[in-house]
Amino acid sequence: MELTAKERMAIERHGMAEQPPDLRNRNFKEVPYGYTPEEAVAEAQRCLNCKNKPCVSGCPVEVPIPEFIALIAEKKFAEAARVIKTKNVLPAVCGRVCPQEAQCEGVCVRGKKDITQAVAIGNLERFVADYERENNLMELPEIPKKNGFKVAVIGSGPSGLTVAGDLIKLGYEVTIYEAFHRGGGVLVYGIPEFRLPKKIVETEIKALEDLGVKIYYNSVIGRLHKINDLFTIMGFNAVYIGVGAGLPIFLDIPGMNLNGVFSANEYLTRSNLMKSYLFPKYRTPMIIGKEVAVLGGGNVAMDSARTAMRLGAEKVTIVYRRAREQMPARAAEAHHAEEEKIEFKLLSNPVEIYGNEEGWATGMKCQRYELGEPDESGRQRPVPIENSFFEFDCDQVLVSIGGQANPLITSTTPDMKVNKWGYIETDDWGRTNREFVYAGGDIVTGAATVISAMGAGRRAAKAIHEDLMKESDETLRPPAGEVEDGDEE
Amino acid sequence: MYEIIEKSEIFNVHKMVITAPEIAHSIRAGQFVIVMGNEYSERIPLTVSDWNTDAGTITLYILEVGISTLELARMKIGDSIYAVTGPLGVPSEIKNYGTVVLGGGCYGIGGIYPIAKACKEAGNKVISIIEARYSAMFYHEKELHAVSDQVLYATSDGSKGIRGKVEDVIREMLEKGVKIDHTFFMGCTQMLERCSEATRPYAIPTKVALNSIMLDGTGMCGACRVSVGGQTKFTCVDGPEFDGHKVDWKELYTRKSAYVERETVAYQSYSHECMAETRLQQEL
Repeated sequence: MELTAKERMAIERHGMAEQPPDLRNRNFKEVPYGYTPEEAVAEAQRCLNCKNKPCVSGCPVEVPIPEFIALIAEKKFAEAARVIKTKNVLPAVCGRVCPQEAQCEGVCVRGKKDITQAVAIGNLERFVADYERENNLMELPEIPKKNGFKVAVIGSGPSGLTVAGDLIKLGYEVTIYEAFHRGGGVLVYGIPEFRLPKKIVETEIKALEDLGVKIYYNSVIGRLHKINDLFTIMGFNAVYIGVGAGLPIFLDIPGMNLNGVFSANEYLTRSNLMKSYLFPKYRTPMIIGKEVAVLGGGNVAMDSARTAMRLGAEKVTIVYRRAREQMPARAAEAHHAEEEKIEFKLLSNPVEIYGNEEGWATGMKCQRYELGEPDESGRQRPVPIENSFFEFDCDQVLVSIGGQANPLITSTTPDMKVNKWGYIETDDWGRTNREFVYAGGDIVTGAATVISAMGAGRRAAKAIHEDLMKESDETLRPPAGEVEDGDEE
Repeated sequence: MYEIIEKSEIFNVHKMVITAPEIAHSIRAGQFVIVMGNEYSERIPLTVSDWNTDAGTITLYILEVGISTLELARMKIGDSIYAVTGPLGVPSEIKNYGTVVLGGGCYGIGGIYPIAKACKEAGNKVISIIEARYSAMFYHEKELHAVSDQVLYATSDGSKGIRGKVEDVIREMLEKGVKIDHTFFMGCTQMLERCSEATRPYAIPTKVALNSIMLDGTGMCGACRVSVGGQTKFTCVDGPEFDGHKVDWKELYTRKSAYVERETVAYQSYSHECMAETRLQQEL
């Protein structure tokens, strides 16, 4: 029975049931439980299916949002998932980690007056992807006959997985090189289990392998093979670099190398990838802080703070230079952190970490800031207030103020063009200055989101396809790949 | 992949030859690998002491110091190691310096071998000095002799070479006026610091292979950061070799001790698991 617009407008947004804060801040299970099919249908009915579809333009990979939501309203959940997958290969991931309020939901007509009343697009995306996976309804697409071209993808994070998925479906032979012993990049080492269960990432990677993507783990490109070797020795026709951001930044203040001071990358990698939260079954140790200070206001800072709480901290404080509204973290994460009793010291910046004689952190001295004139990004610039210092105790400091480019590949590929920060320069389609070498994700943009990295991967896959097909037309045969055919496994 | 094809033990130092053809092909002197014995293991950085490109193997000498090295050492010939990642780190800078002295202790006795070999091939006069508590603890000697003009020994009990340490040998050489143009040292942090102090008064270029705590080994986490000449460096991507005269040793000792307490917990848990397993076997 078709609902009228008025009836649709009358339905309130369905929140997703969650573990209560007092329970979840001591376990690593996922926070939201997910929709029931009834809730999903009711939420889907709120969509007005507007003509100009602002949500689609708000999505970096242009998922046909009203179409998949309409299918949910008809209870065609698996079909809905397949519609999403025409544009987004990782819906179970994106439904959980995309900053929807700044993308699709941010421009939803239903949220115009009150953003919290936008259609819960992220929740719905998550629901259908979970439904499809949990009911074993995932379908492998038809793979065309191999076209004879071989593509190497460096890094199995969101952008690498997207490139691999797109190209394998176009008939390419695709090989992923992953530096770690597990695939997924930031999805496994960075984002905690309580926000993105690792089983989901494993399923996605398994699906790619089922399509014929080869994955070599423990392979640090730049060291094990140089980019040039991938062409000349290994016979690849194109290479995609999606190695992620890289080196953590530490503040240039006294006490940064004290014991108890960690980069958020280290802290999260220990807990997530190495599963230190299951220590000592998993052998990688973790220092458990009692009073933990987290520096930064992004998703990584929220993840670090919430992990510290779950590992047994008594008190966790986020120290951020700017104001609450300016925090780059996803709204839901900051909200969850607050619910989990994480304190926020806003407009504050550390100037020194104190340590004891044994070299362990014991406290922090901060300076208060106020908001001044807007900077280039349009955000009001934080300005230090004179003589406004304050101190507090902390035995652990997690530094989450961003990163710089990892030089492993660029330093071993001397003719690769990088910008002044060391990030790889590309055109809008991911083409670097080197022929048939492409790059995308954080190694091009600096730290950004999962979905923007996937968008970059999607564009690069198109460029690779276009360039290699042109090459194929010109030479009427693949340049190098076919020589190697036959001796692969 | 990563099958153990040869294994032996010399007083708590375990030699393992592992199948890793791609690593054997790419590795250069001074680089290391990160090893996980099984999927629950820590990632342990280990210097590669030798490799054979034709056979596709690498040789590691593993000092048994904690739970993860212990579990690795318990693996048998024919077992496969879960993960071996590398080569990592910047290769040693090899050129014709003139006379090069290499000092090695503990796992560094094997560790200096590829650097000695590369130095020899580059035309240097190579003097290798190795230290141990007593003579039976030396290993990889034949190979080291083959690439060194001279191999000198130091033992705590005087059972081979001089009674003392590597730095005592170096001091004696320097006092006698032996001209040394470049030095490399590998071993425990105390040894690296003492050797650096021995060469400092003579301003001899001194490279020390640091062994700070590591996690990913690709520069991503900063666990291995050290202060060198007042600057923060990452051992995994900027090192492992640094100027021994500029390293902040005190900070390095502190940072290396960070997990001692947790390691004891892991070790105790391992003992419990072992006892439980033994009991189970007895019951069966």
